[in-house]
Amino acid sequence: MSTVTVSDDSFAETVLASATPVLVDFWATWCGPCRMVAPVLDEIARERAGVLTVAKVDVDANPGTARDFQVVSIPTLILFKNGQPVKRIVGAKGKAALLRELDGLL
Amino acid sequence: MNDQPLHDVIVIGSGPAGYTAAIYTARAQLNPLVFEGTAFGGALMTTTEVENYPGFRSGITGPELMDEMREQALRFGADLQMEDVESVSLEGPVKKVVTAGGETHLARSVILAMGAAPRYLGVPGEQELLGRGVSSCATCDGFFFKDQDIAVVGGGDSAMEEATFLTRFARSVTVVHRRDEFRASKIMLERARSNEKITFLTNTTPLAVEGDTTVTGLRVRNLLTGEESTLAVTGIFIAIGHDPRSELVRGAADLDPDGYVLVQGHTTATTLPGVFAAGDLVDRTYRQAITAAGSGCAAALDAERWLAEIHDSTPEMIGAQS
Repeated sequence: MSTVTVSDDSFAETVLASATPVLVDFWATWCGPCRMVAPVLDEIARERAGVLTVAKVDVDANPGTARDFQVVSIPTLILFKNGQPVKRIVGAKGKAALLRELDGLL
Repeated sequence: MNDQPLHDVIVIGSGPAGYTAAIYTARAQLNPLVFEGTAFGGALMTTTEVENYPGFRSGITGPELMDEMREQALRFGADLQMEDVESVSLEGPVKKVVTAGGETHLARSVILAMGAAPRYLGVPGEQELLGRGVSSCATCDGFFFKDQDIAVVGGGDSAMEEATFLTRFARSVTVVHRRDEFRASKIMLERARSNEKITFLTNTTPLAVEGDTTVTGLRVRNLLTGEESTLAVTGIFIAIGHDPRSELVRGAADLDPDGYVLVQGHTTATTLPGVFAAGDLVDRTYRQAITAAGSGCAAALDAERWLAEIHDSTPEMIGAQS
């Protein structure tokens, strides 16, 4: 599965109400390190399909969600399980490093 | 392992040095394997406008410049892998490069271009509030500080660039610098000085980042009077320089006391035969996109020459391993 795009309006339904854990990528077009982490997230979305959903929130168009979760640095990744944020990762990281942080929680 | 291809050259890193090395070695038909790493694009990915890269008369953004270089390397067939390198073994005729994913790759020569990582202050509260108001990337995070008061720590070109950029969003920007002289170039310093939103706090050193869940202030000390005070800021951008990313080769290649990889004379040759180094990993003096690109080119030419020499001296060995 590929990543899903989430907006302020669809966040509650797609992320908070999801039965599957959701990793939310807060990003923006003008953020260089966000571009670095994007292909890594695409891969993780494919390889962990069914176990993990990877969602993307463009903070420029959706400032509400970023504000709700006090995101003031991007990229920030937040893992949600049963509607609760359980893990927060700030800054671009490699695939192996990301999976090390995530896999124990899935 | 025996079936693994032996590459002519592996490039580690992907700033201007790494991509230029990739372009040159690819054009020389050395089929470079390039580990871009997840920090691909390097330090330029967090800059705004690059005004002094020759050939772009009206400037180009850092990420755009890196995109161009990357595409240029691809055009000549460089094999770009977005993987991080976990370890290397660089002695002897066959070098080993192990990725974070656990794969081992072999090559006759290696070009090191891992660049430099932003330095942090090392004061209490800084790491705890990273991503909660402490940032090393103004272009990424400035957006979140609309109409707020923020601080930029540092006195070089990056500090001036960030301070100036951040005035687009912030209500006020205070530049905190421990000296009263600046490393920054005149043009960057003047641009910051003439900006009404920027004030300078010199001879001042940060002591601690304050705040529980988000930054509420920066505790500082005036180095002349010894007086301590707190700047009420919600954002703190750190721009105090970079450290070479040489952990990978620590103990293998010779480094200087600050961790820069040492090269021989005016070449890019390290103390290990067949291993070359370029860019911010080596350069403690200039650290420009253009000098990094230049040294990446030199590393490619040095590697090419070195490969020709070992080929001439030991053709049977190379044949056996290909």
